[in-house]
Amino acid sequence: MNKVIDGEMGLDSFSFSSQNKDLAEVEIAKYPEGRKASAVMPLLELAQRQNGGWLSRAAMDYVAETLDMPFIKVYEVATFYTMYNLKKVGKFHVQVCTNLPCWLRGSDQVVDACKNQLNISFGETSEDAMFTLTEVECLGACVNAPMMQVNDDYYEDLNEVSTKSILSELASGNSPKPGSQIDRKSCEPIGGLTSLIQQSKEAIESK
Amino acid sequence: MLKDNDRIFTNLYGHSERFLSGARLRGDWEGTGNLIKKGKESIINEIKESGLRGRGGAGFSTGLKWSFMPKDVGERPHYLVINADEGEPGTCKDREIMRHEPHKLLEGCLLAGFAMGAHVAYIYVRGEFYREIEVLQHAINEAYDADLIGDNACNSGWKFDVYVHRGSGAYICGEETALIESLEGKKGQPRLKPPFPANAGLYGCPTTVNNVESIAVVPEILRRGASWFSGLGRPNNTGTKLFNISGHVEQPCTVEEEMSIPLRELIEKHAGGVRGGWNNLLAVIPGGASVPVLPRKLCDNVLMDFDSLAEVKSGLGTAAVMVMDKSTDIVAAIARLSAFYKHESCGQCTPCREGTGWMYRMMERMVTGDAKIEEIDLLEEVTKQVEGHTICALGDAAAWPIQGLIRHFRPEMEDRISQFKSTKVA
Repeated sequence: MNKVIDGEMGLDSFSFSSQNKDLAEVEIAKYPEGRKASAVMPLLELAQRQNGGWLSRAAMDYVAETLDMPFIKVYEVATFYTMYNLKKVGKFHVQVCTNLPCWLRGSDQVVDACKNQLNISFGETSEDAMFTLTEVECLGACVNAPMMQVNDDYYEDLNEVSTKSILSELASGNSPKPGSQIDRKSCEPIGGLTSLIQQSKEAIESK
Repeated sequence: MLKDNDRIFTNLYGHSERFLSGARLRGDWEGTGNLIKKGKESIINEIKESGLRGRGGAGFSTGLKWSFMPKDVGERPHYLVINADEGEPGTCKDREIMRHEPHKLLEGCLLAGFAMGAHVAYIYVRGEFYREIEVLQHAINEAYDADLIGDNACNSGWKFDVYVHRGSGAYICGEETALIESLEGKKGQPRLKPPFPANAGLYGCPTTVNNVESIAVVPEILRRGASWFSGLGRPNNTGTKLFNISGHVEQPCTVEEEMSIPLRELIEKHAGGVRGGWNNLLAVIPGGASVPVLPRKLCDNVLMDFDSLAEVKSGLGTAAVMVMDKSTDIVAAIARLSAFYKHESCGQCTPCREGTGWMYRMMERMVTGDAKIEEIDLLEEVTKQVEGHTICALGDAAAWPIQGLIRHFRPEMEDRISQFKSTKVA
């Protein structure tokens, strides 16, 4: 994990919006008296969301002050976990899994589709600041491989065509349907159920 | 094949309502208060007798683990922590429980928490599961509103709170002491044991960390009785299990099956068989990235359980079955896993921090064949210097896939080295 806190960027001030102040209180209240530091991860996440998808130094310092933590303890956390972005990311953060189960099912094609469509490589952001492309480790949707995550959503059972179509839709301001991109409900067998057939039939009929 | 009425996760695929109204129809939260009335000892004994072994990978007896918590609650409160930091490559079972059967997990938390004297459970979910966390949080809110948890959970007199803690992307936090560190607001670096979490865990208090699946099956075991669960599978390998079948199969899927189902039957009955037929099978990694690969000849008859897979020097792990057909570059496949462990090493112990990099770089050369034949032995030697020399099992997990490769595919590695040499000479 090679991450560097950017000292140049984000020297401007940061403070939570009133809504995030309330959400921060809810997070802090989950932990016992005197254990405020436990809320550092959720607060960093709130800060990142408010700050447009990345953590500036000012945002980290603000979280440290809110939780009475030394700055360095917050930097340690922010640099340790991969989901904290320490530099600006595009409006859509495209994270493609290339770990073994995805690789076996064609993640190379998904990666190529992203690179060609977005005209950027891993670790880069498009010039219009719309897309950042990142290679990630296993995201835990292996029976729906290959897959990618864009912001909070998973797109699964991808191929070159569906990957490009999702990216085009995002670029043109639409919301492509998350989840499996083929005719399949969640993690059920692609060709049809091999168990729970009656239960599922009844459930679908009752709907 | 497991009968549908022996399945625990009847909404595995999410065809039915996932929230409280649907959960109640499936039998969740039925008579939970009466189960609590049976008392702590009785619950722990029932789980012990069921033979339930931890579903997170290590396979330790769940009931026995609970019994390590101090009998009485002293000055330090007890904590239950649920490990939902699912990130072992190949594994995607806890995700389905959280998004389609969240109430099974919550009811299990209450029963397990009560049995170990905990009034609070933290569910540590990997941060990428944003949508799953939304579902889980909604289910928690429903459970509070219906007084299933809260000040008087299920009218039992037991106060029980459940909180979700969102992770932020670190495989190592699936290790229980790293998870505890992370929950305390620190880098996720594992702690030396002893002291074990049951003595000094979260905030220095008695803590038990259990996997999502281990906890979500508890209510059904208590309702149907230990003998129902232990009657499935084989002795020492009891019950049902969620299997994730990924890779080169016709129909990748997650399915609940009886423990000890033959690997071949699992793949052929539920995943549509190996792409191109069983004879086109090259190898299977049967339990997530950390367990050694098995070549086809060992896959023919092996059973999917702890003991049978240990006999062939692999492991059940998380029961994440990754299937590779003959088109697979097996050296590149294992090298990809080496890259993963290098990326995820927390950097605390030197053998792992340096060793995962060493192993990865050697594996990269093995992929092209740009190595000397003797270096295969050297690589194996490096894996043995990492294995067992680190605080946590990540070092072991990085070593085992390579050891499995060398054990079963050494000729393939040697051929590649010879080929590389001959093309270079030419």
